Amino acid sequence: MTATALAAHGVSVSYGHRRVLDRVDLRVSGGETVGLRGPSGSGKSTLARVLALLHAPDAGHVTLDGQRVAGARHRLPAALRTRVAVLFQSPRAATDPRLSLADIIAEPLRATGTPVEQARARAAELADLAGLTPDLLARRPHAVSDGQLQRACLARALVHQPAFLLCDEATAMLDASTQAHLAAVVTDYQRRHDAGVLLITHDPALMSRWATRVVDLPVPPRP
Amino acid sequence: MTTAAPSTAPTTDSTHRPALLEVDGLTVRFHLRDAVVHAVTDLSLLVRPGELLAVVGESGCGKSVLAHALLGLLPGNATVTGRAHLRPPGAAPLDLLDCGERRLAREVRGRLVGLVPQSPATALTPVRTGRRQVEETLRAHGHPRRDAPVLADRLAAEVGLDPADLDHYPHELSGGMAQRLVTALALAPDPPLLVADEPTTGLDRPLVDHTLDLLRRRCDAGGAVLLITHDLAAAQRVADTVAVMYASRVVERRPADALYAAPAHPYTAGLLDALPERAFRPVPGHPPMLTALPDGCAFAPRCDRATDVCRTPPAPEPRGPGRVACHHPLLPGAPA
Repeated sequence: MTATALAAHGVSVSYGHRRVLDRVDLRVSGGETVGLRGPSGSGKSTLARVLALLHAPDAGHVTLDGQRVAGARHRLPAALRTRVAVLFQSPRAATDPRLSLADIIAEPLRATGTPVEQARARAAELADLAGLTPDLLARRPHAVSDGQLQRACLARALVHQPAFLLCDEATAMLDASTQAHLAAVVTDYQRRHDAGVLLITHDPALMSRWATRVVDLPVPPRP
Repeated sequence: MTTAAPSTAPTTDSTHRPALLEVDGLTVRFHLRDAVVHAVTDLSLLVRPGELLAVVGESGCGKSVLAHALLGLLPGNATVTGRAHLRPPGAAPLDLLDCGERRLAREVRGRLVGLVPQSPATALTPVRTGRRQVEETLRAHGHPRRDAPVLADRLAAEVGLDPADLDHYPHELSGGMAQRLVTALALAPDPPLLVADEPTTGLDRPLVDHTLDLLRRRCDAGGAVLLITHDLAAAQRVADTVAVMYASRVVERRPADALYAAPAHPYTAGLLDALPERAFRPVPGHPPMLTALPDGCAFAPRCDRATDVCRTPPAPEPRGPGRVACHHPLLPGAPA
């Protein structure tokens, strides 16, 4: 049994002719918070997408607990995919405006065939953990603030008890209090489940406060 | 409803230059089918030439509504009361809330009050390149056609864009580049007052600092800026004065140095404590819904200093050269 770890090995990604990642290695172990730093366009978000198993790299590969992951997205079995969760910068862009917050949180459970009652109970439990009051759960995204919607996204990210949580500028648009609250929820979850966290942020104060280890991505080669 | 707040010029303010913008008792309500949103309540503030006033607060506290009210950009279900006197140099003073759409459109928006909008994606014309939009704005404000390309390049450089990036369509720009483009558009007519609504969204730290320093330089050259932001560190970097909004009201408005060194309102203290460079501790509880605000102090349910008297709304009281609306303000030097 290998220790819990999510790792990129020699990962390269290009968009058209533009190479954004060039043979990048990164390892996130259970229990640690790795801060990922780099200038705009250095491929931080792309690396997060690769590690989240949402984007298959052009070269190199990802390992999960030492096992090589072949493919990405729905080519992977749900049991594998759900071990990594992502929290994106914009909760508006990451939620379906037609769904209530309760349905948004429960969506990953329905997608994997969890019975409705069970999914509802689990969603309520996580909403509470993320600091959402029950009256908010019936609302749709347009009727809540960005901070409240990001709390729902965090609850959704934790719904399958992921071993790894990737936060891509997840608190950049939030006020200081909401940011501190979300960080506390993530840290508490991490402690209880020995989860690994990847933290992408431009804020040096947040980085030094939250990350246990910081990795710099090199500036991308200009075409 | 607006109470008849005393509108005498606050002689306690440190400079004696007349205010460029003086907002007095601004109240905005949105009427929904089954509720009334209390978006801005009895808000008073002033901005002097050369001053950068930052309005800070969490999302949904009403700070963007303030910007839109000043520019007459609120939707039809809004009612606005109060006054917002603008005294532009070399032009007749006017009340922004009472001068009519025609005058706002012809004289005010862009010319006297520029707006850097919060969401660049919805503010740009998708079918024209950035350059066409900047040059069109320059020409509309009296610059000869032949000067426009050079001025556009200069504006691009000023906001931190490669002039070559102007030749792209908005969808070809990253969020941060689009944000810089709308900033360039707002600067093109060189308005005496610039309202910047979250102008640093989507920018990385060096560009955030670049944009903030640009706003600061405008003020140092005699312009005035109303900066609306959720980012306390950004406000600390450039603001002369900071107004903290909570649940539709300004709860504390004081010089930035004094406010960051010794916050007077418990909410301000809580927000500062939540910063990662400070305690990184969230303010307990949640902000109230703007459709169901408590009768008294809206922060009382989250405040460890609250007593029975907090069931009545606290009036803004002078504190040094600023104002604080709290029954139990923190005293300078006392532990928070």
